[in-house]
Amino acid sequence: MGHITPLYNEHLAAGAKIVDFAGWDMPIHYGSQLEEHHQVRRDAGMFDVSHMTIVDLRGAGVRAFLHRLIANNVDKLKPQQALYTCMLNEQGGVIDDLIVYFMTENWFRIVVNAATREKDLAWIKKQVAAFDVTVTERPDLAMIAVQGPKARERVCEVLDPTLREQAAQLKPFYAAYDVQGRAVAKGSTNVAGGRMPGATSGDIFIGRTGYTGEDGFEILLPGKDAAAMWRALLGKGVKPAGLGARDTLRLEAGMNLYGTDMDETITPLECGLEWTVAWEPATRDFIGRAALERQKNAGVKRKLVGLVLSGKGVLRNHLKVRVSGIGAGETTSGGYSPTLGKAIALARVPAATGTSCEVDIRGKWVPATVVKPPFVRNGRAVVVL
Amino acid sequence: MSNIPNTLKYTKTHEWVQSNQDGTVTVGISDHAQDLLGDVVYVELPRAGRKAKAGEACAVVESVKAASDIYCPISGEIIEANGALSDKPELVNQDAYGQAWMFRIKPADPAELNQLLDAAAYAAFIAAEAH
Repeated sequence: MGHITPLYNEHLAAGAKIVDFAGWDMPIHYGSQLEEHHQVRRDAGMFDVSHMTIVDLRGAGVRAFLHRLIANNVDKLKPQQALYTCMLNEQGGVIDDLIVYFMTENWFRIVVNAATREKDLAWIKKQVAAFDVTVTERPDLAMIAVQGPKARERVCEVLDPTLREQAAQLKPFYAAYDVQGRAVAKGSTNVAGGRMPGATSGDIFIGRTGYTGEDGFEILLPGKDAAAMWRALLGKGVKPAGLGARDTLRLEAGMNLYGTDMDETITPLECGLEWTVAWEPATRDFIGRAALERQKNAGVKRKLVGLVLSGKGVLRNHLKVRVSGIGAGETTSGGYSPTLGKAIALARVPAATGTSCEVDIRGKWVPATVVKPPFVRNGRAVVVL
Repeated sequence: MSNIPNTLKYTKTHEWVQSNQDGTVTVGISDHAQDLLGDVVYVELPRAGRKAKAGEACAVVESVKAASDIYCPISGEIIEANGALSDKPELVNQDAYGQAWMFRIKPADPAELNQLLDAAAYAAFIAAEAH
């Protein structure tokens, strides 16, 4: 048996099929991955993402540290705002992708992947030595992602009126929390008062972020309170969705998955993430900068694109791709798009690739259309099929 | 617990086999197999007329999770494939032993049918596989 989250028994009660994911026993689906996928696109679903690694960075040197640690620039952030970024090695390869939240001037919170936890923490601790910053993992916190067009409405229904007001007004990529780490709304932590399901000890954090291409919230709260929140959401019609649906949703949303679409041998310039690299100011010497500049100056030879299979069949990870007259590439992650009813993939191909290519499916070269991700945004197809 | 009809025979690769009165056999995948695969989104079927040997991969079932080969349980000629699965692959999840039959074979050697597992042996096999 692997690690379990505070919501493990809720998953069993909901009929989850449990699989090992990076050492965690996690729900892959609760009966039908397709139904869960559609539920998120059409209404609201929730994911237990408590296996992800939450790390608080605190201290007078935290901003300077993040200037060095990550390729995006936290100076872009207003308080309560979040930033998507990569943490690079000296060669510009991606150690991990993460979200960083600006809590206070001396406190930033980052959320990194579960599968990369140990190497991420080792890297962060190695780099932090020269800075006045403490690194505190938060295994005490659980994390529930509520996603879908009805997510905000449904989440707000379970919140205390004060907290509800703040949550309803959150702009995308902003979070609501109390700077002392208590619940956002004073007095909102009393379950008996029916105000905040699960909130018995404070430390509630609601971010309007996600990984599905839908609107939604990621709710961080103490693990011991997570089941009550989960049940309250269930009571409002928010259905559980597993890691399977999470993957098809994120693929449709054109979002990279660490370890599949990118890794330490791939730079952000090769996986469609140049937009997350803050080149300015030129004086900010983040780890990997010199390597990225060399690559940019020499010309980036590969790019990440979307593929839509013209005929029937399903695309998978790491299939060979060929582009007539140009060269070869490979799918990095592929699958069936429940929203489009077609096979789609992200693929790394030569930079000169145009609008079509072929993919090797079990020995047959099958034509595919090259598109710019995402495939689906807010429930609708955004690629021409 | 999986549904394992007594009237069918089974393979260790999770195909079911039904003997028809005209001497042909019909092949599909078991309820246990469809449950393991999860939502099926595409089925690639063999062409009628193809000759296949027992144990040869002759169809592919693609679920959202993975692609899985379907093996010919006995040697013979494929005489018909279930075209309904092209438009409705989800039938494999909904009705594994009925509408989701995959192909029919004219056996080269009907004695091969005796090599297949009966329902009890298949139930014991999947129970052992789970441990």
